[in-house]
Amino acid sequence: MPLLPVTDERIMLKHGAGGRAMRRLIHDAVLDAFHTDVEPAGVIGLSALDDGAAIRIGDRWLVLTTDSHVIQPPFFPGGDIGRLAICGTVNDLAMMGATEVLGLTCSVIIEEGFPRRDLDRILASMRAACQEAGATVVTGDTKVMGKGEIDGIVINTAGVGMTAHVITDRGLLPGDRILVTGTLGDHGMAVMATRHGLALEAVLVSDVAPINGLIRAAIDADPGAITAMKDPTRGGVAGVLHEMAAKGRVGIVIDDSAVPVRQTTRGVSELVGIDPLLVANEGKAVMAVRADAAECVLAALRAHPLGTDAAIIGVCVADHPGLVVLDTGFGRRLITEPDGELLPRIC
Amino acid sequence: MTPLEFRDPVRARALNDALARVVSEIGRAPVAVMHVCGSHEQAIARFGLRSVFPRGLDVIMGPGCPVCVTDQPEIDEGVALARQGVRVATYGDMLRVPGTAGSLADAQADGAHIDIVYSVAQAVDLARETEEELVFFATGFETTAVTTAAVIVQGLPANLSVLSAHKYIPPVMEIVAEMPGTRVEGFLAAGHAATITGSRVFESFVARHHLPVVVAGFEPLDILAALVKLTEMIRDSVADVVNLFPRCVTPDGNRRALDLLWQVFQPVGGRWRGIAHVPNGNLRLRDEWAHIDARRRFAIDTAALRSGAPSTLARQCICGNIMSGIASPGDCALFGNACMPDTPVGACMVSSEGTCRIWHEYGGIPELGEPTCRFCQ
Repeated sequence: MPLLPVTDERIMLKHGAGGRAMRRLIHDAVLDAFHTDVEPAGVIGLSALDDGAAIRIGDRWLVLTTDSHVIQPPFFPGGDIGRLAICGTVNDLAMMGATEVLGLTCSVIIEEGFPRRDLDRILASMRAACQEAGATVVTGDTKVMGKGEIDGIVINTAGVGMTAHVITDRGLLPGDRILVTGTLGDHGMAVMATRHGLALEAVLVSDVAPINGLIRAAIDADPGAITAMKDPTRGGVAGVLHEMAAKGRVGIVIDDSAVPVRQTTRGVSELVGIDPLLVANEGKAVMAVRADAAECVLAALRAHPLGTDAAIIGVCVADHPGLVVLDTGFGRRLITEPDGELLPRIC
Repeated sequence: MTPLEFRDPVRARALNDALARVVSEIGRAPVAVMHVCGSHEQAIARFGLRSVFPRGLDVIMGPGCPVCVTDQPEIDEGVALARQGVRVATYGDMLRVPGTAGSLADAQADGAHIDIVYSVAQAVDLARETEEELVFFATGFETTAVTTAAVIVQGLPANLSVLSAHKYIPPVMEIVAEMPGTRVEGFLAAGHAATITGSRVFESFVARHHLPVVVAGFEPLDILAALVKLTEMIRDSVADVVNLFPRCVTPDGNRRALDLLWQVFQPVGGRWRGIAHVPNGNLRLRDEWAHIDARRRFAIDTAALRSGAPSTLARQCICGNIMSGIASPGDCALFGNACMPDTPVGACMVSSEGTCRIWHEYGGIPELGEPTCRFCQ
């Protein structure tokens, strides 16, 4: 094998990890390419960098979003790439208020040699997730690439929905409470434990689920009370809180003792040295809610089967806009946004 | 006994009050103490302890991150092997550490085959699954070196060899204590390393340098209690070794582990990145294990990597001073600007055990107000 050349200016894995590098790439390359400095009236578009786009049609909004899904391993405890692909798009629509899905697209790229039974299993899982979400795949595409040209299977889904009121990720105001809809870090830790072959006695299970029904319950509890919402997938809750704090120009203070984390997830996170706030969730939302409505929205979340562990974990403040502070009970520290891939530590 | 027992905020406040009292009794500021372990800094940062330490106390992180002190030529060896087409398995922290010309991550992006492993046992499993030659790029202090040794003595698969960048902590404490300009008046010793070496290993150090050493665990109460003890010893001018981690550490350490360690490794002098040449600071495979030593199995050509001079940025990096306790990340012009976790200039920004990385992640000593109210009402 010849000596590999030393080069720079390449796309690295960190550019897809949901942190600063990815944001910079999107900003410098994608936004620049599509010249989206000024959005037309009635459009929440690319420059908003929200979970999806919204286009005003009459007195309602059409919400649309797209997401490509790659994951190693494609089957993991609690789910698989198919379930992930449906939930990711359904949840992104719900984060903007469009909890009723009009239709989904599904585009699958498969590597030559991929087992047919695995494909069937993935498609069955997508169908089941659609049923849970009350959604239908209405069009799609299939491509096959040569051996080694793609890693197993890649699935892209897109979705459209309608809503009377769009919820963005930037409407936070000082005083708003920060709510999460359940335990944090389960998906990321489950995948990491499987991927790195951590032999654990405890079983970690991904939380991947469509939460449009849960979000509808929260919105209906007090319409207009949710000032901002986002699903903490790549980059975790830390990434989402940073984005929301920066866009809303508020500070956020999180009470560590109020953050719901499963004991098994917490255990693994201590073992590998990775904060559960930094890893992906696939069936959770982070929302900012007006203080006077926080308990009411919380009660509605907890009454739903997917929201039993929902909690108020923090508050928006006027101080230190853009910063996210964790009160540990011992002292205070910053939560920074994740950078690059998360790698288990040595000792 | 659950770990939560050592995470009781009420007892933490009592210990912190005691710490403030002792520091004020010493009557001069700042009182500087050093710990030599990334896990201590992690715990201090993660629990926000710096925001409540007394103003007159400087808790400095010394050379406590094995990845950070791995010198560029050592990284170059791993990168060169990978670029020569040899499959390399290593710990995740090592991936982004910059060598003279790029990191293992750069080599990976260029097509080299790098596997991230969580333990040496995983490297053995990987080797068994393939006929390819696999090199385990081993790093870590004596705690981790023992795990490498334990696997080596059981016999490695024929296609697996070891590139050791393991480090031995006790000698570097001497270097730091003797460093001109040092302000360090006492040391917190790393509890997990002492589990192997025993607390007695520090006695000769104390006798030579007349500085107190407290062996400390990693929970918030362990750290606070150890700081109270250490500052009391400074106040009373007592130079001794005190073990405040007796639930894990014995005076003589883990004999079996130590036997394994010295059966496989020998201490040799070597450069620790940014610090100094540390006599007996590097752990290399003994001659009996030459057949599994990657340095002897392969002709590692690092010369090709080192054609370029170090970049201007690298020359501005003050990681060495930070790890010696002379400077803190805030003193570095690159910190948080040109040097970020995804674009590290110095190794301290790479590993989750590195001072700069930890300060970046947790905000150093931010002015964030008192930890008082639930939801700030």
